[in-house]
Amino acid sequence: MRDLTSRALDTATALGATYADVRVVRRLEESIQIKSTRVEGVSAGETEGFGIRVLVDGAWGFAASHNLTTAEADRVAGEAVRIAKASATSTRLRVTLDSRPPAHGRYETPCVEDPFAIPLDRKIGDLLEADRALNNIKGIAWSESIYAAQREWKTFAASDGSFTEQVITHIGAGLEANAIDGDEHQRRSYPDNGGLWASAGYEHVRAMRLAENAERAASEAVELLTAPPLPAGTRTILLHPSQLYMQVHESCGHPTELDRAFGTEASYAGTSFLMPDMLDGFRYGSDLCDIVADATVPAGLGTFGWDDEGVAAQQVALVKEGMFVGYLSSRETAPRIGRQSGGAMRADGWNRIPLIRMTNVNLLPKPGMSFDDIVADTDDGLLFETNRSWSIDDRRLNFQFGTEICREIKGGKVGRLFRNGTYTGITYELWRSMDAVGDASSWRMWGTPNCGKGEPPQTGHVGHGVSGARFRNVRVGVSS
Amino acid sequence: MSGSVDGGLDLRGADPEGALRLAEEVVRLASAAGAGEAEALVMAGDSALTRFANSEIHQNVASSEVYINLRVAQGRRVGVASTGRIDAEGLRAVVERAVAIAGAVEELPDWAGLPPAGAGPRAPLASAWADGTAGFTPEQRAEGARAVIAAADAAGVTAFGSFSMDAEAIAVASSTGIRAAERRTSSQLLTVTMGPDGGSGYAEQCSVDATRIDAAAIGREAAERARVTANPVDIAPGDYPVVLNPYAVSDITDMLGYLGFSALAVAEDRSFFEAGRRVGSDLVTITDDGTDADGFPAGFDAEGVAKQRLVLLDRGVCRDLAYDQQTAARAHRASTGHGLPAPNPYGPFPTNMAMAPGSASLEELIGGMERGLLVTRFHYTNPVHGKRVVITGMTRDGTFLVEGGRIVGPVRNLRFTMSYLDALAGVEAVSRERRCIKGMLGGAVVPALRIGSFTFTGATAAG
Repeated sequence: MRDLTSRALDTATALGATYADVRVVRRLEESIQIKSTRVEGVSAGETEGFGIRVLVDGAWGFAASHNLTTAEADRVAGEAVRIAKASATSTRLRVTLDSRPPAHGRYETPCVEDPFAIPLDRKIGDLLEADRALNNIKGIAWSESIYAAQREWKTFAASDGSFTEQVITHIGAGLEANAIDGDEHQRRSYPDNGGLWASAGYEHVRAMRLAENAERAASEAVELLTAPPLPAGTRTILLHPSQLYMQVHESCGHPTELDRAFGTEASYAGTSFLMPDMLDGFRYGSDLCDIVADATVPAGLGTFGWDDEGVAAQQVALVKEGMFVGYLSSRETAPRIGRQSGGAMRADGWNRIPLIRMTNVNLLPKPGMSFDDIVADTDDGLLFETNRSWSIDDRRLNFQFGTEICREIKGGKVGRLFRNGTYTGITYELWRSMDAVGDASSWRMWGTPNCGKGEPPQTGHVGHGVSGARFRNVRVGVSS
Repeated sequence: MSGSVDGGLDLRGADPEGALRLAEEVVRLASAAGAGEAEALVMAGDSALTRFANSEIHQNVASSEVYINLRVAQGRRVGVASTGRIDAEGLRAVVERAVAIAGAVEELPDWAGLPPAGAGPRAPLASAWADGTAGFTPEQRAEGARAVIAAADAAGVTAFGSFSMDAEAIAVASSTGIRAAERRTSSQLLTVTMGPDGGSGYAEQCSVDATRIDAAAIGREAAERARVTANPVDIAPGDYPVVLNPYAVSDITDMLGYLGFSALAVAEDRSFFEAGRRVGSDLVTITDDGTDADGFPAGFDAEGVAKQRLVLLDRGVCRDLAYDQQTAARAHRASTGHGLPAPNPYGPFPTNMAMAPGSASLEELIGGMERGLLVTRFHYTNPVHGKRVVITGMTRDGTFLVEGGRIVGPVRNLRFTMSYLDALAGVEAVSRERRCIKGMLGGAVVPALRIGSFTFTGATAAG
């Protein structure tokens, strides 16, 4: 591998690059889909290739190829340099990078049970058992159960002498029961919509106890068909961890991406209301709000050894005691606000350029009350569980979320169900209204394996640790 | 390390004959490995994208990629494997994995088999390809970006956007005799422009032929929209008549295609679609036509089946559905050529949709509103209730109050929560001009619409 990386860097440098890096990536994927006890799809995928990123005349160029030969490395390095020179014809701000030390070493996701070593029929059998349990419940129209694993071997080398090797394994699984009556379609997932994802081995799937939890999820889907719709109003709401992590994702994770704040995502999903001049002076949330980006936390989809610029994994404070204090950043963007990169540059495979992505953006737990204690402490409220739909405006201010299930809380007890529950608001107004955060007993990592960003589009795997929280005076029950 | 496949196949660039030879080789290897049925889909080509922001180029990328997707069946047991490697070891490994999966899975009781040879296309679509796109250089992309930026500079606003292109060969070969190969190009220039006083604009042009994209015109359209949307004012959420620009209308066709026009969605009872049911006004006809040269033509689907023209909504009434081989067999009919790469739990989709034009100009659509809103585009839409196609999202990059048939001024962005079926039922007028807009399901050719009532449920904050 060093032959190819050295050749790519040497050629790029010889052609005029003042900085170059190359990533060689091989990715294996495996997936199983079961629908209503039928094994509908089982697939395995492999892809490999390399991408070269160069700086010429203060402008970026990037080119990539599936063909792993030194001759192709020469061609692709030349193409990257040519592209950078074309970029330089329309550059107003020359790129300068921060001064991180050269990176060296090896990182591998800890896996107790290697998912790729477990026989396929055993994995199908585990999922099929759970899917059959969903269908034990009368009234289920159809079910869907999924399993997927991905392993990436990534070699990174840069013209400053950096050379790192990483083996990163991600795995997810989940169940979904669907109940339908006329125009009404209700869905209940376990443990999460789209599966619960982590960087881990197959032990992550076993720990979910899918089959044991299937009938409860299916029963709730059927029960929701006859539940009343959530009435409109302004209420106290509790966000279960299975919804709270998506709130963190959309309303804190994305707006704290520094490239977004600088406008480089404006033509796709938009910009951010969190501008650099607001650092250390803007109240984002209540005093209980401590949010970090932590690429070192175990099991997170954003956990690694180094990012795709060779910056070591680290924890960066984004919101501290409610104040906006930091960004997800890169070697190019961090110096523009007088800081060092926080190590958040990640690419979706060998054929994509790294972008600032969330690592694991976590709302830290607060000692004092468990999530169950918060429920018991709530006289009149609503509990929203498991994300179903999400939408937020192009500056990450106006959001609306729908959840699979919404339960009424009266006198500290969880009561009747509502269907089609939604809540909406303005990001900082919601976080400022947070008056309780669960302690460590319900804090765990959740994963988003479908985070879209960039042009051409990239799908990111990012993590979120949350414990559940309570918010006051939130508008609920929006419908057409 | 991988190189080219044994036998000297060169897959650099969009070479349909080379892609078909590779597909045939993979099918041969799979058959030799004992597969009862085998189907190989090969996609190979080049992509490039130049991205600009703050009126300068900040990302500029290119890649050469190849993708092989192999589906094998042993009786009713089906396995799928894919690879990006085209060396002998890569091909051997993909065959081994697909055959191993087929040996490990349970039978699909209603497995329909692979499509028959006669389902393939008669000839490649020449209209799917333009040499001008395949030969478009980084320097030409930069020139296009500079033209947009110059228009923004002239209007005192800032430009953000991308100029992208793809040139690829697609081939399908199967043990049942399918032989399909085609080369396709696509290009897109889009820009968001932003002014110093909160103004924001958007414009987009798509074409098979990148040399037909008028970058300066796109730049001027977006820049003018950003200029006239400066200092937007608040407006109360509520029900308003609207005129939707084609950029917004494309979200409606995308969502209908994704949620409703798929035979699998109907089979699973999660679609609004019932043949003969009226869901739109008489003015709404939506087709899917792979030969439509105004969109991104494609002669066949991922199963190598020739695409049939569908009339999805005929003057507001549900008529045709998109089928792939498996959903068609369950319905005892033939595939319409709308299959995706296997395994495909999502079902077939229409990927070449078009909404029929009307007779009005955009000005006439606006002129017919006593008090309403003109919407440039929708942002971050998502289903709240899939079967009723209730969608929530935001307006973006130019929302205007119209009074007495005239644009009064810009308003701050609004959130809507609205059934797109109700929106179609309320269509009062359709523009004669249409645009090709690239969306979730490919390119859609759509007009502007005037709709009697549209439900806005919230407003964004100024801060």
